[in-house]
Amino acid sequence: MTSSPYFSLAVLFVAALGFGLAPLGLAWLWARAFSPPKPNPIKNAIYECGLVSKGDAWVQFRSAYYLYGIIFLIFDVEAVFLLPFAVAFTGLGAAACAAMLVFVLLLVEGLAWAWAKGVLTWV
Amino acid sequence: MMNYELESNDMDQELKIELGKQGIFVTTIEDLYNWGRRSSVWPMQFGLACCAIEMIATTMARYDLARFGAEVFRPSPRQADLMIVSGTVTKKMAPQVVRLYNQMAEPRYVIAMGACAISGGPFKQGYNVLKGIDRYIPVDVHIPGCPPRPEALIQAFITLQEKIDGQHLTGPDRPRYLDANAQGEFPVPERGEHDLEPTSNQGVWPVQIQGLRD
Ligand code: SF4
Repeated sequence: MTSSPYFSLAVLFVAALGFGLAPLGLAWLWARAFSPPKPNPIKNAIYECGLVSKGDAWVQFRSAYYLYGIIFLIFDVEAVFLLPFAVAFTGLGAAACAAMLVFVLLLVEGLAWAWAKGVLTWV
Repeated sequence: MMNYELESNDMDQELKIELGKQGIFVTTIEDLYNWGRRSSVWPMQFGLACCAIEMIATTMARYDLARFGAEVFRPSPRQADLMIVSGTVTKKMAPQVVRLYNQMAEPRYVIAMGACAISGGPFKQGYNVLKGIDRYIPVDVHIPGCPPRPEALIQAFITLQEKIDGQHLTGPDRPRYLDANAQGEFPVPERGEHDLEPTSNQGVWPVQIQGLRD
């Protein structure tokens, strides 16, 4: 068995396991011997800054916020494009201006579409 | 192990020092445990009134509570070891303070900071002020002052560390939290018609309270 190429690996694996489990075991023993658990309803209650909590902590949150996030991101990136455009504005021709307008209008159209779909209404 | 530990607890200090001179370091599990605990007492992050400003100052660079291992103010009682009651405890706030104390994990300690937390301080005559937080929870160290200076808070903290150092793991004089039969719950008072109900926790405050201004 010792001749197996995996033998040293197995030894290392056992050692690694012991390395992880030994502190846990010691902590468990220590807790058994020296820290009697004293649970009570107040202590186990949901922590709410000292007030009595109302309802359960396991509530569902709406994930709809990600839509706002995406729309915000689009306009954020738009600003990145608009900034160099504004800086170089005086040196640009009518074609560049039209291209930028199309770009902005495309995004505005997207916003209008999202608005019409009721994405911006928080429910 | 237990017996050995008890014996080595009684090992006289002189022998310990003598061995130390020879380059041999002796310790006990108890000493190690207490050393670890007193060097990482994490306070809970909350302040009640003007005293809290001094508490904040104590943690900042000038006074630097971090030197004593207590710089980590925890925003949750689950992670805190020490409750610094820094300021006036109004009767509206008292239930919350007691509840937070209850929600802290054992071992937990309390420093009553300032005249208000000890006795109601300048507002003792007020109908709405609790005349000392020790009416509901056991206080380990009281610091007088209005407000106590940061040095005073540090001194109270060192006093607490000395107290922790002197605690025994076993035996009849072991602290409350090591005693499986000792009380672990401190009833949270409720707002009654005229006063908090009950007006005190008889277990920690045996003195009878007569009136609102008492
Ligand atoms: S003891 Fe003085 S400084 Fe501290 S909270 Fe009371 S009034 Fe304020």
